[in-house]
Amino acid sequence: MVRMARMARLCTFGRLLGCGLLLAGAGIFSRPANGFPPQASSSEELLTLPGEIGQRGGRLVVSLRAEPKTLNPLTSADAPSREVIFGAMQADLVHINRATQLTEPALAKSWKVSADGLQYTLTLREGLRFSDGQPLDADDVLFTLRVYLDESVHATQRDQLIVGGKPLAVRKVDAQTVVFQLAKTYGAGERLFDGLAILPRHLLEKPYAEGKLSQAWTLATPANQWAGLGPFRLKEYVAGQKLVLERNPYYWKEDTKGNRLPYVDELVFLFVPNADAQVLQFQSGETDLISRLGAENFSVLSRQQRGYTMSDAGPGLEYNFLFFNLNEPGEKTSPDLARKMKWFREVRFRQAISAAIDRDAIVRLVYQGRGAALWGPVTPGNHRWANSSIPHPARSLEKARALLKEGGFTWASGPNGEPELVDSDAKAVEFSILSSSSNADRTKMATLIQDDLKQLGMRAQVVPMEFRSLIDRITQTKEYDACVLGLVSFDADPTPDLNVWLSRGGTHLWNPSQSHPGTAWEAEIDSLMQEQLATPSYRQRKKAFDRVQQILVENQPMIFLASPDILVGAKNSVGNFHPAVLEPYVLWNVEQLYFKNTAENARR
Amino acid sequence: MSQRRGWKRWLLALATLHGIVACAGFFAPYDPAEQDRERPYLPPMKIYLVDAQGQFHFRPFFYAVQLRNGSFDQFEESSDQAIPLRFFVTGARYRLLGFVPSHVHLFGAQPNRIYLLGTDAYGRDQFSRILYGGQISLLAGVLGAGLTLFFGVLIGATAGYYGGWRDGVLMRAAELFVALPWLYLLFALRAFLPLAVSPIQAFFLIILVIGAVGWARPARLVRGVVLSARERDFVRAARGFGATDGYLLRRHVLPETSSVILTQAAILVPQFVLAEMTLSFLGLGVPEPVPSWGNLLASLQQYSVLVSYWWMYVPALIIVPFFLVYLGLASALQQDAGAGKIERTTGGGRW
Repeated sequence: MVRMARMARLCTFGRLLGCGLLLAGAGIFSRPANGFPPQASSSEELLTLPGEIGQRGGRLVVSLRAEPKTLNPLTSADAPSREVIFGAMQADLVHINRATQLTEPALAKSWKVSADGLQYTLTLREGLRFSDGQPLDADDVLFTLRVYLDESVHATQRDQLIVGGKPLAVRKVDAQTVVFQLAKTYGAGERLFDGLAILPRHLLEKPYAEGKLSQAWTLATPANQWAGLGPFRLKEYVAGQKLVLERNPYYWKEDTKGNRLPYVDELVFLFVPNADAQVLQFQSGETDLISRLGAENFSVLSRQQRGYTMSDAGPGLEYNFLFFNLNEPGEKTSPDLARKMKWFREVRFRQAISAAIDRDAIVRLVYQGRGAALWGPVTPGNHRWANSSIPHPARSLEKARALLKEGGFTWASGPNGEPELVDSDAKAVEFSILSSSSNADRTKMATLIQDDLKQLGMRAQVVPMEFRSLIDRITQTKEYDACVLGLVSFDADPTPDLNVWLSRGGTHLWNPSQSHPGTAWEAEIDSLMQEQLATPSYRQRKKAFDRVQQILVENQPMIFLASPDILVGAKNSVGNFHPAVLEPYVLWNVEQLYFKNTAENARR
Repeated sequence: MSQRRGWKRWLLALATLHGIVACAGFFAPYDPAEQDRERPYLPPMKIYLVDAQGQFHFRPFFYAVQLRNGSFDQFEESSDQAIPLRFFVTGARYRLLGFVPSHVHLFGAQPNRIYLLGTDAYGRDQFSRILYGGQISLLAGVLGAGLTLFFGVLIGATAGYYGGWRDGVLMRAAELFVALPWLYLLFALRAFLPLAVSPIQAFFLIILVIGAVGWARPARLVRGVVLSARERDFVRAARGFGATDGYLLRRHVLPETSSVILTQAAILVPQFVLAEMTLSFLGLGVPEPVPSWGNLLASLQQYSVLVSYWWMYVPALIIVPFFLVYLGLASALQQDAGAGKIERTTGGGRW
């Protein structure tokens, strides 16, 4: 379970690094006109959700793999905080539906894009109220944006709101209408608003003026000092044990029969640090839902299903890959590494390794068959963006040997009589593969690859390493040979992954933060990624991103391995349970979850 | 004299067990790193003498095992395909005792595969891995105990024989060493080491660490014995005749410690095998794919393995006979030494 937290952190970390370089100019901001006293509207425009009609009542219990560090959306960087805040407590203007992967109206009932794609006009829903009953209007949106973009606040969302080197400008038209101005087109720009929690001005303006905003809303905050727009609101926090949320009576969604959502009265997050302990708790019925399961634990739970159902939602967005150190050898590079880098920079060497890796075995042995082999970065779970023309060649050692021979490698007799691959200087091909010690799956992949490469006469060594020092090696000291890593995006759209593909990006793992693209193909990827940003047309964007995928496959800077399925489980009594392959896998429709038999649930 | 035979019997048992592990290449049917990717987590295969028709076969046989359709770890025997077990077959190349190249194995079933103790997550033969793993773990134990005793005797004898400030300094150091939080220091130490540690380097590192950690206890024991031996009448007499310190230590004092040292050795070896297992279990030992008893057990850290695949516990059971024999030897040695001491102090018996 640590895996996901770590990856999520890697994503934010990357964004920080990359977008830091995009920074320019100070915040352009149109200040709101005089602060009108918030007026309560008589008419409410609720969003009607299709789906099964549920029953009110009950308490839904789920486990979190760590205690959230904060309840403040501005400073939340850890996965548990994000899951609690964005999954259950806060709401955004426009939301990405985790099931369809398309944008939907949320706090904004509609939006309009100007012809040049630079201006987004959002109309807020009438009669919106925060969970403490205070109404929301355009001034809260303006306040929120001002806070997010204020450099002194250090909001984690700040980078996301800087497009084309300039921060988003926002203007109020009337109490229900705001206009966002982008400096540059940004693909499907309305996706920017997903995850942008709108903050209550009446509670946070004072701490903001005092410069204490980032310290506000800790876990110890009294429930009456906190307000959000999500389906649940803060009730109680017990340190080290649980976080209890209660139903937000002002929530702005209803079902088709006009019942206000959410259905359940309480949502409880238990802090269970260990994946195995989470499994045991789910098994004993203490928790109602479970997600982020490994294949092994999934099959343990599937074998003895009692009162719960396990389901395999199919491949998620996580892609695991092997990559080599393709950095430019510098003065500090050790001669040993510089020698190895010459192999790594040989494209046929990388292609040979890709051809020699038994991806089916990885899916079978690491994920027990619950995953998909990958030849490109887009998983089958992301059906809108996967390039279907990418070939899926079967494993071929002959092809690998032919490629190595073309690349100037030959075979000599090793110390034990077995063939040993040597380079043009008759040096044996030997390197180490880093993997995160906390991630058993990736260490397992590396061990399988080690055996695959042994058959080519290469000696690879698997080095499990603590995650922080591993990232440090890759992005800072750059003293490593190869590494097995995984990335997972929060969104199916290619734009959040910009920092992975742009050569100046901080998560451009094989050669991060370049001032100029080091190779022609990296330059082409850069321009294609900019091209897909410049147009809102899905077809044109898809065409550009298809080409990006193809370039990646041809050059193999990352050798894509496999993607695990999203494995989840729920008690049979939980209604409307529809797991998605995007985070949060099981809680994305938490407002619609209900208990089929509330009496039974109440007895617990 | 009957006690002497007692420890000799233990020693013989010990030599047999070690001999099997030392000749792992011969007894193990496969290379420990060889992966059979079609058969991960295969349960131990059954060896039969009587087939499904009730017919007796002189040659033991087993049935072919296949993955059940659509399953990851559920296997079924097909009782129509009996495969005889063959002895002294040729197979994977290995070096007997580390240097004699050979490719003869005690048993096998080429081209089929026999897994006496099942397979692990990668479809590697658990039986072969346990045997090869024993080489690492036992050698680490024996070498670690040797190193520990060397330092222990050196330091203990110095402290006990010379006494005074030397005794004070050395014994306080020993106490300090006993009190250090070793596991955390080890984690810190590993962070300073180069990125890729080859299995051989890792192995010697383990021995070094074990030796460095363990010397304090034997040193204190040896010191105690030396302290009392130094004041014995015959030692005083020898000193009176002008014997040098070196002569006294060699001829009179150190022989007194031999029973303590032997007993300590028999206790320390299993203790250090266990230490190696702990280190490997925590990922500080020899790296994959080289097996050791510790990293064989490491997969048991996962709940799913714990509840699903019972044969993964076998490496934990294997250490039981080894420990039993070592501890039996230790107690036999202790009895023997105790009896000798009584004989000597009463002045009877052999002298």
